[in-house]
Amino acid sequence: MSEILQYSFFQNALIIAVLASLAGGIIGTYIVVKRMSMISGSIAHTAFGGLGISYFANVNPLIGAIFFSLAAAVSIAFFRRKAKNRLDILLSFLWATGMAIGLVFIFLSPGYSTDLFTYLFGNILMVERADLWMILILDVIIILTVLVMFNSFLAVTFDEEYAEVRNLPVTFIFIVLFSLIALTVVMMIRVVGIILMIAILTLPAATAQLFSKTLKKIMLYSALITLIATVSGLIISYYLNFATGPIIVLLISMIYLFGIFLSGWKKNSHKTS
Amino acid sequence: MQTETRKEIIRLDNVWFDYAGEDFLKNLNLVVFQDDFLGIVGPNGGGKTTLLKLIMGLLKPTKGKISVFGKSPEKGRKQLGYLSQFKEIDFDFPITVEEIVLLGRTNDHFFKKFSNKDREQTDSALRKMGIEKLRKRKLNELSGGEKQRVFVARALVNQPQALVLDEPMNNLDMSIQKEFYEILQDLNKEMAIIIVDHDLDMITNFAKEVACVNKCSTHSIRYHSVTANKILDICHV
Repeated sequence: MSEILQYSFFQNALIIAVLASLAGGIIGTYIVVKRMSMISGSIAHTAFGGLGISYFANVNPLIGAIFFSLAAAVSIAFFRRKAKNRLDILLSFLWATGMAIGLVFIFLSPGYSTDLFTYLFGNILMVERADLWMILILDVIIILTVLVMFNSFLAVTFDEEYAEVRNLPVTFIFIVLFSLIALTVVMMIRVVGIILMIAILTLPAATAQLFSKTLKKIMLYSALITLIATVSGLIISYYLNFATGPIIVLLISMIYLFGIFLSGWKKNSHKTS
Repeated sequence: MQTETRKEIIRLDNVWFDYAGEDFLKNLNLVVFQDDFLGIVGPNGGGKTTLLKLIMGLLKPTKGKISVFGKSPEKGRKQLGYLSQFKEIDFDFPITVEEIVLLGRTNDHFFKKFSNKDREQTDSALRKMGIEKLRKRKLNELSGGEKQRVFVARALVNQPQALVLDEPMNNLDMSIQKEFYEILQDLNKEMAIIIVDHDLDMITNFAKEVACVNKCSTHSIRYHSVTANKILDICHV
């Protein structure tokens, strides 16, 4: 066990696990309490379009992913209220079109097959130094923005209409919040990949919500659950020589099921006592 | 009548509102005074909620003019306390009573941190509604009547000059409704009350005047001290 800590790829993976868990716990909480899992799924899959293009152009794929996911975030925030009843169509459009663009460009690139697998299903053990810096910067941006806008985010996620009556710039605040989802998505590509991302963005916060009353506590517990799952996931993956994404997601799912079971049991024992 | 001395706070002049290309509200005229306790009645889907949202600046009229404290609704609504229909609220949201009322103090600064004054106003609104002991409770741990008090406390936290309430009584039993109307009657000494409710008995018992809104009629009408039966007659509720 101790010898793997010496490897720089494993150290990188551990750092990413901590950084991604922080951002994931915070942003995942907003996704769950505002019931935005489909919105974040759509942003994640759109990111793949940009990822494919920059992969083809031989640029760091995360750069393209940032642009595409931010574009998706801004357009969803902007059209969300106008297209109220047809938001699902916009989400599906972005979701599938982003994936298709990404796949076309990746197929056009020579020798794509192992990388494609990594982007779709994640492999935190294959993180490079350059990614590490980028993910650190994204983490700082996400956390600082949430610190500054905590009350605004709470106001619009709890009661949008009332926030508008108080003259908060609601659409602007949603553009910022969805952009933070987009940046979190980019961080998570390395950890669990595009396809499995929805699990790490929703299930830890959903588990945390079973046991805590306030947003801040849900964020904290959710970050801890993500951290436990990613760290144990990457250790297991290392020894099994297996992609990290599926292992991490299975751990998160198990924690969620256990949480459901535990909270149900707690409720029942309250009733009978 | 001494209407000349009463201060006018809200005015709708020939207001039209389109919904999906159809005239939903036609040529609506309404004046609300500072001391009003105005009940708004009308058939379901007749435009009562739409009327309140127009006043709150959440919807824009297709034609006509709305002024709130002599300004546009977007500017004037700062002086209004608003309580929307409960169906728009997610009761499972992880938020405490205190946080909800404190959030009522938000303004156009999206980076705002709450000050001591915000907290004092929150305390005073919680006390006014008699729910200071519930402050740390989560929203879904409250009864229907308690929830209602929380949202009224939020509407009161900016010391508004009028309260705008959209069917706050849904699913509450009679004794709580009556108690609630008595609170409103008390608040009416300091501010105007504009309330949409489908319970005509409560409205006629407590409201000083009643306006009927029906998309089919060409304008709203005010009746002084009416009986429920008379409203039924004239408004076709």
